[in-house]
Amino acid sequence: MTTVPKATAAAETPGPTIVLAGHGMVGQRFLEALAERGVTDRARVVVLGEEPRPAYDRVRLTSYFTGVTPDGLRLGESDFAQRHGIETRLGDPVTAVDREARTVTTRSGFTVAYDTLVLATGSYPFVPPVPGKDAEGVFVYRTIEDLLAIEAYAQRGPTSGAVIGGGLLGLEAAGALSGLGLDTHVVEFAPRLMPVQVDEGGGAALRRTVEGMGLHVHTGVGAKKIVADDAGAVTGLVLSDGSALDTGLVVFSAGIRPRDQLARDCGLEVGERGGIAVDEHCRTSDPAVYAIGECALAADGRVYGLVAPGYEMAATAADAVAEQASPARFTGADTSTKLKLLGVDVASFGDAHGTADGCLDVVWADSRAGVYKKLVVGVDGTLLGGVLVGDADAYGTLRPLTGSVPPVPPEQLVLPAGAGPTAAPGPSALPDDAVVCSCHNVTKGAIRSAVTGDGCTDVPAVKKCTKAGTGCGSCVKALTTLVGDELQASGVSTDSGLCGCFAHTRAELYEIVRVRRLASYARVLDEHGRPEARGGDGCETCKPVVASVIASLAPSIGADGYVLNGEQAALQDTNDHFLANLQRNGSYSVVPRIPGGEITPEKLIVIGEVARDFGLYTKITGGQRIDLFGAAVDQLPLIWSRLVDAGFESGHAYGKALRTVKSCVGRTWCRYGVQDSVRMAIDLELRYRGLRAPHKLKSAVSGCARECAEARGKDFGVIATASGWNLYVGGNGGAEPRHADLLTQDLSDAELIRIIDRFLMFYIRTADRLERTSAWLERIDGGLEHVRDVVVHDSLGICDELEQLMADHVAGYRDEWSATLDDPERLRRFVSFVNAPGTPDPSVRFVPERDQIKPDLNVLAGPVLPVRSLEGSTT
Amino acid sequence: MSIAPPLAPEHTVMRAELLLGRDWFAVCDHTCLTPGRGVAAILPDGSQAALFTDRSGQVYAIDNRDPVTGAYVLSRGLTGSVNGRPFVASPLLKQRYDLATGRGLDDTTAVRAYPARVR
Ligand code: SRM
Ligand SMILES: Cc1cc2nc3c(=O)[nH]c(=O)nc-3n(C[C@H](O)[C@H](O)[C@H](O)COP(=O)(O)OP(=O)(O)OC[C@H]3O[C@@H](n4cnc5c(N)ncnc54)[C@H](O)[C@@H]3O)c2cc1C
Ligand code: SF4
Ligand code: FES
Repeated sequence: MTTVPKATAAAETPGPTIVLAGHGMVGQRFLEALAERGVTDRARVVVLGEEPRPAYDRVRLTSYFTGVTPDGLRLGESDFAQRHGIETRLGDPVTAVDREARTVTTRSGFTVAYDTLVLATGSYPFVPPVPGKDAEGVFVYRTIEDLLAIEAYAQRGPTSGAVIGGGLLGLEAAGALSGLGLDTHVVEFAPRLMPVQVDEGGGAALRRTVEGMGLHVHTGVGAKKIVADDAGAVTGLVLSDGSALDTGLVVFSAGIRPRDQLARDCGLEVGERGGIAVDEHCRTSDPAVYAIGECALAADGRVYGLVAPGYEMAATAADAVAEQASPARFTGADTSTKLKLLGVDVASFGDAHGTADGCLDVVWADSRAGVYKKLVVGVDGTLLGGVLVGDADAYGTLRPLTGSVPPVPPEQLVLPAGAGPTAAPGPSALPDDAVVCSCHNVTKGAIRSAVTGDGCTDVPAVKKCTKAGTGCGSCVKALTTLVGDELQASGVSTDSGLCGCFAHTRAELYEIVRVRRLASYARVLDEHGRPEARGGDGCETCKPVVASVIASLAPSIGADGYVLNGEQAALQDTNDHFLANLQRNGSYSVVPRIPGGEITPEKLIVIGEVARDFGLYTKITGGQRIDLFGAAVDQLPLIWSRLVDAGFESGHAYGKALRTVKSCVGRTWCRYGVQDSVRMAIDLELRYRGLRAPHKLKSAVSGCARECAEARGKDFGVIATASGWNLYVGGNGGAEPRHADLLTQDLSDAELIRIIDRFLMFYIRTADRLERTSAWLERIDGGLEHVRDVVVHDSLGICDELEQLMADHVAGYRDEWSATLDDPERLRRFVSFVNAPGTPDPSVRFVPERDQIKPDLNVLAGPVLPVRSLEGSTT
Repeated sequence: MSIAPPLAPEHTVMRAELLLGRDWFAVCDHTCLTPGRGVAAILPDGSQAALFTDRSGQVYAIDNRDPVTGAYVLSRGLTGSVNGRPFVASPLLKQRYDLATGRGLDDTTAVRAYPARVR
């Protein structure tokens, strides 16, 4: 892959060249994505387009017939290319790619060398080999030029027209012909209109409505022959059933095929049924060449004929080209569609045809009104998909609910407004992570934060800042409701956002990361940050929060749980970054894990030897373990290699993570003990070690009600009973002590662990930044009762999921210190000076006290270090 | 177990430099800089600088000494940007400093900023 030099060098060193073949919708989005990632500043970008005009909104093509000018369809600001130094050549298609020489050549003979080539050549309309297909008056429906030609021809006098193909685009074309005053026929080979999107019932409703508008529908028949007069102009159409239609104009809309010829010619891998084969990064079989949009055969083996998946591919390829630390992957997309065809609402989403095992249909049909609505519902009530014809108002609410159990019975969701006991929930009831605009993948949360965070005060401003509603337009209604809600609410509400970068709370970010499987801080920031913070560098508040959320969800969102990998490393507070606690003089402390406070004499000796050999200050902590202070950065790996060899692991004293599970000695030795508290404490500590949380987590297990382990001062405390364990939650020492509340009692070992699993994951999911369980329990609606309902009685039905998250955590745990020692790359950071590795930091000095060391603060207090000269130092 | 960090890269592509007086002082290969994370460098006069890079690849250099505590730790702070201006937050007590100017964003303390570049 190309390397893109950094901005500062761009002036002197010419950057790499990125060539884009095809300036269509997806190509344009790719250019915007490059600009957003700063690539246009450091690379030469050349666009070669076949059409004579810059990218325009093909989705809204038909609006040309309702008065929108070609210029009005343009995508992007008119000075976009100029502003970003992008070179464009239009009306000059690429005709050859030489992968060996890495050059492309256009029809006019222009040749340009590339480091990265991106193919975004879209599709071409498929024209079946029907005799007479080349006659004058036969068209396809794809470009502005096609529309201009159809319009000009229609004005020459034909009175009737026919569209071959009754799919989505065919009906759109038919509407256009009808609008041009032609008596219009639609010929569809399948037994119903729009066979891909709607089922039989939907097709019937659609047909009635289309016919009601005066169009002629012929289903179950194909075009056999196009008849032309002596001058070669179309006069009629013969159908496969032998019947004939008089028509002076024919439009083929029989499907599209990916434009993969360039790729075929230069030997790139293409699919059996067409499409340039790409991987999850949209890279073709040649790593220097990418393919995106309708010309690409995605990694899931599908060619997508919709713009939203194309846009996702554009962002994916741009991530890869920009060498983002955690680039997006394109692994497939939702093909839900909502259209207004000939003025008729048509929508299909999810498993519209009900292919899942045992699923049920909920149907509402009103033939008179041409309304047909079907929902596909799973056995457990999960909404799987649906088809809406004639009245697709509920689409905005239903699509985001797909995959979940709707808050009201499905029947109510399809009944016309007023007919059911309660109306279907509107967009206001949607969760924040619900995608409201599927064209641009904009969530409700993002729309809300455009209002609360960016001060957008109306729908156009929100459209501009989020892009929501600027694609197919089907979400504008929902968008308008949401903006209204939010404006109303912001009249009274204050900004609950995490920081200047995010208008979301930590809990909201958790949901965003979980649902959207965002494993990269940059993506979370760029896609969900406050508008003014997007593309920036974030801040010291949200970086560790997002890092912690990603770490606690790591296995389930495909992220790396090791906190020092890739981008994750740059997000951590210095303590997590060096896996040690920073002390006041710049030295670090080391706390090995001692589960349950139990330790063998051998291990105690190792700790003593390490402390002695490295001259560390040693103290027994309040958490039943031993802290070694005064280590320089450079010494940390050396100290830990000794500790790891002796079987110690990180104690996470530096992390917002599980600290200790204290124990009392328990039944084994104590005359009062009723359970083995040490064993349980060790089990719990080993189970939850490394678990990243909104704040640190502490626990303790006492062997009887005398409570020597102080379990009720802990986030989760366990006290033995004669028949098992009582679980207390929400305890705290510290500045605002709180005794823990009894959550549930007399649990078996397995029950105890299951409830703690759920409790911790529910806390991690819903707590705010730096909110201990005590404060969280006080804050959340319903308090202890609610938490008990959720984690003991499973009132939200999420316990399986919570348990699974914990199981993933337990299975994915690795000791961070041994993982660090195993990797020379990771060890590189443990130096005082990047330009003098091995040189100790002269400012880290100690003086003796009570036979050990303590920081020499005089060194720091002085105006300068003894080794430094005065000039050219601090301000 | 090898713990000595292999720091001197054999093939020097581009180096991060800072301006000392009239001379540019090369600190390290620019690949040693991770966006969002700093490194400390010791300068010829024994003083210390902290170098950072941001998402756009721009490099910045400021003094490594945290003026509030006196500890030489600014290179270990977290960086961010506010209104498009890059900053680092001290890892000790979290005061923020503008990376380009050294100006303190939270109080009256400030640190020295060095002109820096990659070449
Ligand atoms: C080392 C230790 C004191 C000691 O010498 O005993 C200690 C040391 C620190 N505590 Fe503590 N706490 C230690 C036990 C405790 C305890 C007692 C306990 O855990 O049983 C408490 C009260 C119990 C509790 O947390 O509910 C305690 C309540 C705090 C608090 C207040 C928390 C609160 O919710 O109010 C803080 C501040 C914070 O976390 O925000 C804190 C923060 C700190 C920090 C991390 C301050 C900092 O950010 O630098 C200290 C870092 C030490 C280091 O660099 O290694 N430490 N700290 C103890 C380490 C225990 C361990 O083995 O991990
Ligand atoms: C009438 C109509 C209605 C539609 N409605 C919807 C809808 O409601 N929702 C939806 O999601 N999608 C809709 N689509 C589909 C949507 O327009 C496409 O998915 C989208 O345009 C694909 O973008 P693309 O960049 O991959 O291809 P295109 O937009 O087709 O762009 C490809 C470009 O590459 C150019 N090109 C091809 N070969 C070369 C070459 N060798 N050298 C240089 N340039 C080349 C082409 O001329 C074209 O300009 C509709 C399409 C049409 C025609
Ligand atoms: S809590 Fe009970 S069992 Fe445990 S040490 Fe104290 S007295 Fe003994
Ligand atoms: S869903 Fe198409 S513009 Fe929003």
